[in-house]
Amino acid sequence: MNQQLTAKDFTTDQEVRWCPGCGDYAIVNAVRKTLASIGTAPSDVAFVSGIGCAARFPYYIDSYGFHTVHGRAPAVASGLKLANPELDVWVVGGDGDFLSIGGNHLFHALRRNIDLNLLLLNNAIYGLTKGQYSPTSKPGTRSPSTPVGSVDRPADAVLFALGAGARFIARSADTLPNHLPEVLTRAHAHKGASLVEILQNCIVYNDGVWGGLADKTTTQELSIRVQHGEPLVYGKDMDKGLVIDFTSGNVSLISDADGPVADRATVYDETSWVMANAVARMAGDNVPTAIGVIYCDPADEYISSLNDRVPYQPMQKSDLKDLLFAGGTWDRED
Amino acid sequence: MSFESRDMNIQVSQTDNARADTGRMVVRFAGDSGDGVQILGSEFAKSSALNGHDLITFPDFPAEIRAPVGTTFGVSAYQIQFGGPLVLTHGDEVDVLIAFNPAALKTNLHSLRVGGLLIIDEGAFTSRNYKKAGYEGDPLDDEQLGKYQMLKINITERTHEAVEATGASKKQSDRAKNFWALGLVYWMFGRKRQGTLDWIQSKFAKIEEVAAANTSALNAGHAYGETMEIGADLATRPQQADMPAGTYRAITGLDAMSLGLAAAAACSGLKVTYCSYPITPATGLLHGLAKFKGKGVVTFQAEDEIAAVAAAIGASFGGALGVTGSSGPGIALKAEAMGLAVGAELPLVVINVQRAGPSTGLPTKAEQADLLMALYGRHGESPCAIIAPATPAECFQAMVEAARIALKYMTPVIVLADGYIANAAEPWQIPDVDDLPDLAPDFRTDPEGFHPFVRDDKTLARAWAVPGTPGLEHRIGGIERSADSGHISYEPENHQQMTNFRAEKIARINDGQPPITPERGKSSGKLAIVGWGSTYGAINGATNEMIKDGHDVAHIHVRQMSPLPPGFEELMRNYDQILVPEMNMGQLVKLIRAEYLIDAKGLNQVTGKPFKVAAIKAAALELLEK
Repeated sequence: MNQQLTAKDFTTDQEVRWCPGCGDYAIVNAVRKTLASIGTAPSDVAFVSGIGCAARFPYYIDSYGFHTVHGRAPAVASGLKLANPELDVWVVGGDGDFLSIGGNHLFHALRRNIDLNLLLLNNAIYGLTKGQYSPTSKPGTRSPSTPVGSVDRPADAVLFALGAGARFIARSADTLPNHLPEVLTRAHAHKGASLVEILQNCIVYNDGVWGGLADKTTTQELSIRVQHGEPLVYGKDMDKGLVIDFTSGNVSLISDADGPVADRATVYDETSWVMANAVARMAGDNVPTAIGVIYCDPADEYISSLNDRVPYQPMQKSDLKDLLFAGGTWDRED
Repeated sequence: MSFESRDMNIQVSQTDNARADTGRMVVRFAGDSGDGVQILGSEFAKSSALNGHDLITFPDFPAEIRAPVGTTFGVSAYQIQFGGPLVLTHGDEVDVLIAFNPAALKTNLHSLRVGGLLIIDEGAFTSRNYKKAGYEGDPLDDEQLGKYQMLKINITERTHEAVEATGASKKQSDRAKNFWALGLVYWMFGRKRQGTLDWIQSKFAKIEEVAAANTSALNAGHAYGETMEIGADLATRPQQADMPAGTYRAITGLDAMSLGLAAAAACSGLKVTYCSYPITPATGLLHGLAKFKGKGVVTFQAEDEIAAVAAAIGASFGGALGVTGSSGPGIALKAEAMGLAVGAELPLVVINVQRAGPSTGLPTKAEQADLLMALYGRHGESPCAIIAPATPAECFQAMVEAARIALKYMTPVIVLADGYIANAAEPWQIPDVDDLPDLAPDFRTDPEGFHPFVRDDKTLARAWAVPGTPGLEHRIGGIERSADSGHISYEPENHQQMTNFRAEKIARINDGQPPITPERGKSSGKLAIVGWGSTYGAINGATNEMIKDGHDVAHIHVRQMSPLPPGFEELMRNYDQILVPEMNMGQLVKLIRAEYLIDAKGLNQVTGKPFKVAAIKAAALELLEK
């Protein structure tokens, strides 16, 4: 396939069954666009998913696809990579699939560093089961299962991944049509497990969950795009900045009032686990949410490391014969 | 010398009329988990095989890795029946029992037949040790022991003397006493030591003083027997095996499964992808396959049982043969994903090395109580093929057969082994690799008329198009598919049709297979004893003895539990009565009654121990007398 691929080459004839206005439409478009620009033949691409709204993803990408069991997609995808390490494997799940029922498998896929592109579509709600709160819902979330508000403290996907030993972690949103493909392209280029948290709106059960962060008009004030080698500066007028205190791990806000922020803001290093933690855990009013490649520090990938130690070779009948006759044998005559 | 015996030249079984006609011997070693009893047993088994005997072993070990020394729950035992012309079980009763401490005596003496030979390590019979074992006084003073022939030897001290010159520490010396005992037993049965001496050299190549200590101990035990002429007649009793000409090796069920999966890789050309989470008694399979180091087989130690089956399914989706293995508790966890493999119609082999349950149950003891789980323990209508090997050596062929069915019919296949088959050993005639079936799958590459649920007219297997194949991109999954397009379908009639296809596909596994015939006995008569799995030896032995006694009885053994073999109902109807011995509370018997309305009777036992021949005989005789 030499001609230039387009998003259409990755589009199936299946009618999309997400609710009108769902953030997943924008995400699937961004993914198709990214796949086309990466240029891998559709037949060498596989999408694996678990259960949930996000898990319908494979039906809308014209590649190989496997819609599996709730939470287990990272494990299925790991087996797929074991069988065929050459495939370009993408795993798509929601916050319930990846962080609740499948938290264990996400943890181990990240820890092992298998070359998978894991897309976590986080809408902080259970959509397909009609709106129960999820492990990323804010405390106080009212839902059919928590009519007076939830009391659990939420999980943060980026902090979880950092703790699991992931070597590539990024965050973007359904409302960032240019930013999302950039991040997905970086995730794909990373050899090893790549986790991309995509903040996504559920128009039916959790509309506006990410507030102004996901809104085009306010996102520049409420989020900061971290970039390797660049100072942590944000705002419509680039007049706000962040300084990381490496002793406490805390982040403080600075503004133009005391001079140009770009000179004083911390220069971001995406290979720094400490900085990644600092920008992932900063919280409070007026504190922006980190967007972009938050952590990228490549390490040995599982399948290639395995292949270095025990290179797979097909079993020939002569090999089998040697195995069968290994150890003590004896002959009997008639 | 603390040696003491009523008769130095022990004459075992001369007074035992019950066993005088057999050419077999049963020896049982019992000691502390740390005494090296399993090594001792397996070396003795190897030597028995090399000596031309048929044999079956029964390693009987505790769940505790290293229980407190000297306690009854820390006792590890190894039983072997060897001789000829045919050995079918590890033996109901023991002829020679070697007990390394009071706890071993306490927990194993019941297995020794009256008049049998008891060898004890006198050095371990201290008051401290017999109290630990729960004896109030010295058990060796018990008059009950008069029923047996007893040989008291201070094996501990003799071993110390023997290894002193090698510079081994006291601890290393203590650990060498199993080899001293092995040397003695080798003398008693006229065995050569060289095989074990070679094994010691290679096993302990890196720890010279241990190799030297074990070598000295083995030689010293042998010399002791020779000097004292202990049991000099014993070697003459066991007969040679009546087995066809060929090359043999001793094999456990787990080793046979590993080699069977290697054969599946060689015969299919596929990457066998074994994904597993450690669990007793299935773990040995992961260890065995990991030893192939990537040749034909890739192993993956998953984070849990569910991930293991999920990864195996992912591997099959990718064009490999996904295999997962576990025991009952782990299989229960895999059930949901197995449903996916049924619905997505992917090849998958699921090995269940059954153990006694429910829950943790008796992890190292065998049971056959997962048959109905294998058949029905999934959500929805989700039929699978089920294979049950009858003996350790049969596990090889069972794996090849499981792979054949999985690949030919695009279905999960469950292999029901158990803890007994997994660990027991027997001689195995090594097959000619050229006689093994061709298992190469027919991958779909032609886009013309393709959709993922296009079926083969004969087998009803769906087309298997592997990711990476240009032009065949498709999506599969757990949601019901249209039989006509492979797309998601919620149509009522389509679900009925697809459910029928999945059931019919399993039924067609019987196409072209010969009808089941009795293992032993006539094809009709008064009584058929019907078994499955590891009860084979005991049932066959019982049937053999009863036929010799003039009874009209036959043994039928089922190796394919789903679909049940062709001709099974017709065959059973040829007998007046059906007896079904099982190590469960009645599962195959329930199936026979439900499927065929045949009034089969169960013989059920869940002690964690295999059936004795005598128990099956007694139940069969009772039915015949009715």
